[in-house]
Amino acid sequence: MIEVKGLVKIYDDGSNAGVKAVDEISFTVEEGRFYTLLGPSGCGKTTTLRCIAGLEKANGGEIIVAGQKVYSANENTYVPAYRRPIGMVFQSYAIWPHLTVFENVAFPLRVGKEKVSNTEVKKKVTTALEQVELGGYEDRMATQLSGGQQQRLALARALVREPKVLLLDEPLSNLDAKLRERMRFELRELQRRLRITTLYVTHDQIEALSMSNVIAVMNSGVIAQEGGPRDVYLAPKSKFVANFIGSTNQLPGQVISVGSDAMGRVRTEDGEIACAILEGLKPGSNVVVVVRPESLNVHLQKPANSANVLDAKIGAAMFLGEYLDCTVELGHNVLQTHQRHTLEIRRGDPVWVELPPAECMALPA
Amino acid sequence: MSTVAIPTTAKQSSTLDPALLVPVVGAGILIYLAVLPLFMLVMGSFQAEVAPREFVYTLKNYQNAYASPHTYSTFVNSLIFAGGSAVMTFLFGTTLAWLTERTNTPLRSLFVPIAVIPLILPGVLESIAWIFLLSPKFGYVNVWLMHLFGLQSAPFNVFSLPGMIWVHSVGQVPLAFLMMTAAFKSMDPSLEESAMMSGANTWQTFKRITLRLLAPTAGSVLLILFVRTLESFETPALIGIPARIYVYTSEIFLAFNEYPPDYGRGGALAVGLLLLSSFGVWLYTRATKEGKKFQTVTGKAFRPRQFDLGPWRWAGFAFLMVYFIFVVLLPFLVLFWASFLPFFAAPSWSALDKLSLDNYRYLSTFRPFWEAMKNSIILSTLTATVAMVLTSLVAWIVYKSKLRGAWILDVLAFIPITIPGIVMGMALILLYVAFPIPIYGTIWVLLIAYVTRFIPYGMRASSGSILQIHSELEEAAAASGASWWETFKRVTLPLLRPGFVAGWIYICIVSFREFSTSVLLATGESRVLSILLFTMFEQGQVTIVAAIGVLMIVTLLTVVGIFYKLTGKVGIQT
Repeated sequence: MIEVKGLVKIYDDGSNAGVKAVDEISFTVEEGRFYTLLGPSGCGKTTTLRCIAGLEKANGGEIIVAGQKVYSANENTYVPAYRRPIGMVFQSYAIWPHLTVFENVAFPLRVGKEKVSNTEVKKKVTTALEQVELGGYEDRMATQLSGGQQQRLALARALVREPKVLLLDEPLSNLDAKLRERMRFELRELQRRLRITTLYVTHDQIEALSMSNVIAVMNSGVIAQEGGPRDVYLAPKSKFVANFIGSTNQLPGQVISVGSDAMGRVRTEDGEIACAILEGLKPGSNVVVVVRPESLNVHLQKPANSANVLDAKIGAAMFLGEYLDCTVELGHNVLQTHQRHTLEIRRGDPVWVELPPAECMALPA
Repeated sequence: MSTVAIPTTAKQSSTLDPALLVPVVGAGILIYLAVLPLFMLVMGSFQAEVAPREFVYTLKNYQNAYASPHTYSTFVNSLIFAGGSAVMTFLFGTTLAWLTERTNTPLRSLFVPIAVIPLILPGVLESIAWIFLLSPKFGYVNVWLMHLFGLQSAPFNVFSLPGMIWVHSVGQVPLAFLMMTAAFKSMDPSLEESAMMSGANTWQTFKRITLRLLAPTAGSVLLILFVRTLESFETPALIGIPARIYVYTSEIFLAFNEYPPDYGRGGALAVGLLLLSSFGVWLYTRATKEGKKFQTVTGKAFRPRQFDLGPWRWAGFAFLMVYFIFVVLLPFLVLFWASFLPFFAAPSWSALDKLSLDNYRYLSTFRPFWEAMKNSIILSTLTATVAMVLTSLVAWIVYKSKLRGAWILDVLAFIPITIPGIVMGMALILLYVAFPIPIYGTIWVLLIAYVTRFIPYGMRASSGSILQIHSELEEAAAASGASWWETFKRVTLPLLRPGFVAGWIYICIVSFREFSTSVLLATGESRVLSILLFTMFEQGQVTIVAAIGVLMIVTLLTVVGIFYKLTGKVGIQT
């Protein structure tokens, strides 16, 4: 389990105050869960991870890893990285080029506080390598492995001393697309099998959505929203989260009414829209209505009995194989949408766009 | 974002942290080595007498040094010597680099290692060999040419300014060659190709793109060659002094060799030389910083485009062959030949009968030779080891530790590059005459001098390889449970090894051939080989000197070979 309370990290930039890379963030990673810090570069996610690893010394707050207080500003506690019960995989893998595959994995056992006998080392290294399907590669030089194999080697090295917590810093970003997809799956399976508490840092929403139990979306040093993959994707609580995860259409407008079921109506330049209204918004509030491209339905004939149907014209239409990526022009706004490739449309065709109310959400502008 | 776990307030370990202790000790050592002698030198140059009970300020030394009648001629000689050598060395080095790197000259790759060979010929021996070849009285080349063409007088006289320039230049060519090769290698060929695509022909491309891109590098190489020549003393000692052609370094040496030695005047001269070379180094660092904007050196190795010389490639080949035979091979051959002669004689059928091993037999029981040999070996290996260990730590602190003020160490470690060898000798004399620690006259004072002088070379090798180590490699060790020391020992040091070995070998070679510092500091017991050569050559035992030279080269190759073997294969596959 990892507990982070009010963590602050300030970088010296020459000014008196410095730059707050991490601004009093708090979160808890429950035992055995896969927790992801997701955000654009510079949002403080890697800094947070490095503070937990002990590679960076925080300037305030508290960090508890597996019940041990490893950092506390108030009690002036700071356990150095090498005394923390962690395993870590770096973005560059950080495979030592002067050691063999076996010695790379054996390293954590050889430098640890307690002495591990040679037979024990051999057993543990073999197990760790088999876990990541690198059995039989023991005597190779680490640099002779391919990118994907180095990645798995780094994972074996992080796991070999059976840490309480696994930290992963954008581990898949150096792999090509196909391999990344496979490793995503393998990594998730391995984590679920070992039930090891995992903190994952990435800027890639697909990685976050596909692997995590919980995602924390970060922006300029604070957590913008925390929740399960479905929550953050389907129910974003701010414009930033809606924009950062997946692509989103935005229609600016003003709340007209809010019902008891958190549904309401918003007036936009292209007409009134029925949609979900975020808690706390009142009639008169300026909002944006966000809706995912795949939620929209494009009709060639005007559908009867449907809410939120707007007149539109097809802008650009691109055939992407899996789906049709097209833009539809309303009077004032342009929406992006994904449609089935069976839909036969051309630029300039008049169409009707349906925005299903349950999948539209009004957020503060 | 690049840092290594430095447990600054580790609660678990209350013992003194090496990560904090090391920088402080490092700074202390560097100040002691680099700053203190300079301070004593400047103080000494304003002092009325050596090691006085109280400090008496005077300008008399500067008056003696700079208001004498030969001040002007010394200045002019120094400028001609340094300027001429810089230009000549540069032209040779650049031509060699260009032919081997950028043209289709036949067998060009064979000449790359050959061009570097003169590096193992110590400057003193280089001068002696060329005296053997070009002396107006007995020089082989002169004798042959006079004989061949029936000349009345010798066509060459090595004992002249042009002679000095020639001898010094050919010894420095490897340096210029290596620097220019690096420049050619790191030039992006697409810059030239895009000129071609814009319609420029070969010559236009060479003139308008290649030359322009090289200009900043060429300027800085010329500057560094100029400064190094100004600081050198081998040729001025062996050729200049007998020819009564004095430059700065020889003036300092002569002030020291007067009876009684005039330390004050020597100090004042040394301060002047120090200022000159510092100015040169300052210009150089400025020029290389300016040069960055040209982006010719990107640190990436490109596959350079080769110019097709057409039939001219045979002219290039002829140039390389002539250079190899007459400039590289001849000095070695003449030393080797002379070492078997009882007295100096031209190669002939009659001389063949006189060849013997007598010189080597004599040396085998000649105690000063064995002492000097022992001193040289101890000093060169110790200097290389101490300098490399020290600079590895300093480079780590400067580039990895993220400590405040780490840059100060970088500056301190750079200072010695401005100190000419003979000035270092002068400064250390003034230091240890004032503080009579009993190391003056021992090889330990030489060790201090060598280490100080060669720290910048060590820094270059160490920082180069430190910078190549991705900080995540060290962080991964910390995250694996390794302490600072375990990380340094098991990860950082092994990864540093290629740079360490290269730096060690280079420093070992330059220490072994060191002359200009030793000439003031090595006396009696602490005499090293280069100094023994110098004194015995002055006494006229030239063929024994040749034998010592041969043994010196063999020893140097052996030491480097053994170290290379011991440290295993240098390259790490990455």
